Amino acid sequence: MNFFKEAKALVKANIRDYGMYIALIVIMLTFTIMTNGLFMSSRNISNLLDSAGYIAVLAVGMTLVIVIRHIDLSVGFLAGFLGAIAAIFLTQMGVSVWITIPVILIFGALIGLVNGVLVAKIGIPSFVATLAGMLIFRGALLQVTEKTGTIIIKDDQFNAIGNGFIPSIMQINGLHLLTLLVGLIGILLFVYNEISNRRNKMTYGFEVMSSGLFSAKLVLISAIIGYITWILAGYNGLSWTVIIMIVVVVIYHFLSSKTVLGRHIYAVGSNPEAAHLSGINVQKITYIVFGSMGMLAALSGILFTSRLQSATTTAGTLFELDAIAAAYVGGVSSAGGVGKVTGAIIGAIVMASLSSGMNLLGVGISYQYMIRGGVLAGAVIFDVMTRKQRA
Amino acid sequence: MSDYILEMNNISKEFPGVKALSNVNFKVRKGEIHCLVGENGAGKSTLMKVLSGVYPYGTYDGDIVFEGKVQQFNEITDSVKVGIGIIYQELALFPDLTVYENIFAGNELKKGPFVDWNKTIVQATGLLEKVKLKVTPETLIKELGVGKQQLVEIAKALSKDVNLLILDEPTAALNEDDSENLLVLLKELKNQGISCIMISHKLKEVISIADKVTVLRDGQTICTLNASNGEVSENVIIKNMVGRDIEDIYPKRLNKKIGETILELSDWTAYDSQLGRNVVKNVQLEVKKGEIIGIAGLMGSGRTELALSIFGNPKNYKLQGNMKMFGETKELKHTSEAIKAGIAYVTEDRKGDGLFLLQDIKSNVSAAHLKGISTKGILNLNEEVKIGTEYKDSLYIKASSLEQIVGKLSGGNQQKVSLGKWLFTGPKILILDEPTRGIDVGAKFEIYTIMNELINEGMSIIMISSELGEVLGMSDRIYVMAEGSVKGELTMEEATQETIMELATQ
Repeated sequence: MNFFKEAKALVKANIRDYGMYIALIVIMLTFTIMTNGLFMSSRNISNLLDSAGYIAVLAVGMTLVIVIRHIDLSVGFLAGFLGAIAAIFLTQMGVSVWITIPVILIFGALIGLVNGVLVAKIGIPSFVATLAGMLIFRGALLQVTEKTGTIIIKDDQFNAIGNGFIPSIMQINGLHLLTLLVGLIGILLFVYNEISNRRNKMTYGFEVMSSGLFSAKLVLISAIIGYITWILAGYNGLSWTVIIMIVVVVIYHFLSSKTVLGRHIYAVGSNPEAAHLSGINVQKITYIVFGSMGMLAALSGILFTSRLQSATTTAGTLFELDAIAAAYVGGVSSAGGVGKVTGAIIGAIVMASLSSGMNLLGVGISYQYMIRGGVLAGAVIFDVMTRKQRA
Repeated sequence: MSDYILEMNNISKEFPGVKALSNVNFKVRKGEIHCLVGENGAGKSTLMKVLSGVYPYGTYDGDIVFEGKVQQFNEITDSVKVGIGIIYQELALFPDLTVYENIFAGNELKKGPFVDWNKTIVQATGLLEKVKLKVTPETLIKELGVGKQQLVEIAKALSKDVNLLILDEPTAALNEDDSENLLVLLKELKNQGISCIMISHKLKEVISIADKVTVLRDGQTICTLNASNGEVSENVIIKNMVGRDIEDIYPKRLNKKIGETILELSDWTAYDSQLGRNVVKNVQLEVKKGEIIGIAGLMGSGRTELALSIFGNPKNYKLQGNMKMFGETKELKHTSEAIKAGIAYVTEDRKGDGLFLLQDIKSNVSAAHLKGISTKGILNLNEEVKIGTEYKDSLYIKASSLEQIVGKLSGGNQQKVSLGKWLFTGPKILILDEPTRGIDVGAKFEIYTIMNELINEGMSIIMISSELGEVLGMSDRIYVMAEGSVKGELTMEEATQETIMELATQ
């Protein structure tokens, strides 16, 4: 009985954090039932995650931008523009993919830094500064693709980023072996990490979850990771896009929750005046957050261009708004200081699941927009209500 | 019928943890100028907010009788309707609109569904004559000086047919000529039958204009003095304002050990380019090891600005003069440099710029010194919990856990979290700005005790406070500030509530 009491208390205390996981599970179950299991098929899940990739990485950066009480509207066309530049490097200039990618990422970071300077140093509201950026990069994208139109990329290595899968080594019962191994390593790392954290806390003499609930948590999350791995292994295995997404999330999650830099970002968002008086350089933090946003926009551009295997004249249209929506569904708050990187990824997957599920059901695009809008509003309403309850 | 226009009977008002007003009685006769005086935090503004309906009926106890009728104001517009006009210290004008638009803002004259601008301008002209402001109604507010803006505020109040005008520190931001004009105007309005309540810290003005003076202290009415009986004088007012004895709420400090000078300011001046004036003027000040320096003065006397100018200058004042720490000249360009140099500043406004209200206790405590819980930029979150627990225990922070959100703590506990945050930086000089504002007596005593412990450990404290009892009870030496400069330095033998008040109201 005690076990359930503790579990209930835990859920109640963290309802805001768990809310979107619960929402995601509900959405997925609903679509699975409505499509007779088609939604949860290996192929669909694999496609769904790949199509979420370029928005998910933007949403991660956007979450931090919103945490420090700003917004970045320029990232959509910046992604499109940098994707086109990557295409030009690869096709017209014959630069190798191993040089192209880091150079594009650095370009993105530098452009983001310019946004940061406009906002923090010159004091232009971020909405206006990045709106200007949005117009400029839209023009720049048209400019570089004007003569050629769509630029088709024939570099297999580059195209694999958006379409390829990790090699399989061998197939077992039609399952992708390396994917299973990666999943297994993931589970082992997770379990090891949790146990060493718990042990560490105990040596400090802190209160920890009861061992019953702790084991239940380990089993549950391991099962989820295992299930997703198993689904993916049934199709082509883990795609490079998913690997990139996971790497971005792990790095950003670590940065935001376990480092001084991350703490400073949340402090600036939570109360800029208090942050300044606590010896935090608010300007520097703003540069870093916008710089990282620019870099992730570049990454998003690479993912999208590679997925289409070409750079188009309209690439990046409305990416910024999809990323903002994903960040809000993921629990970021425009009042600043609140929002998690992991939430952004879940938000992006929720939005992608909605599109995918509704496509499978043959819901018209007009209704799709309305429903996605409704979900966004609902997520924010939930957020506001739970916050009121806590205050 | 009584000849009182306003009677406030047995007004009590409580905020969580603090009793702001208890059984206040306050009566204003028709056609008199009644001044309300008291230390900061005595309850003057709260009383006026009760009167004007900012705190609606039901959130306080007691009766408001206005023009013979018991009133129940649910919002500000209700008090405006019966003829009460209030002008706050912070002017509430729209700088980019014209004088006539401002006068009738929120009270627009209409012809059918549309605003009747012609009528507005005609009426505004009349009102401007009444307050003796010689500008055209089309002038933009931002083109006027503060004194003239104040007159526009009065015109705005008069446009609503007020019978009782309330002014909260109307001359605080005015120069002498403008103040003089304003006082003359108030007397004239009085002759036209408009009663007036004025809150002021400037006792000379109070004496020159008041028919009656009511003194509030600690949320209670102390006395009402009648000028026509010759009861009003500076001495009497001050004595009543500060009259309480210093009780035992200030713990005694044993074996004082005052050491060498560790901070020295000479000709220290700070120019605020946004306000366009010096907020700190030619300050000479020194702080010795193991000493509590009290900085007394009224609000707006430049105390906080002085603290900020020392603490890495976050407001970017233009600084002049010399600052020495441990005999070395220091130029601190950022708060982080000040922290590194060993200065900590616990802000006056803990909610506004002191704490991260949405974050929990432990991350607030560590916020100004993350180096202390990290190696190479990576946090040790367990160490953070350990440190948090230490401060929670040693500062007697009452909370269910370290994960409690700071915004939900009581004022006293918030103040202790704020103190913990700064103690964790390991300061040599701790600046406390209004360390006990808005917290109850028990928590005050705990904070005083902590201050004494810190001093015994060799820290120095600069304590900025409006509460005279606290300044006298805790300090080793007192500087009194007014208008940005130090008006006097008092030893504890010289310092009394009266001598401080005299310097502060100069």
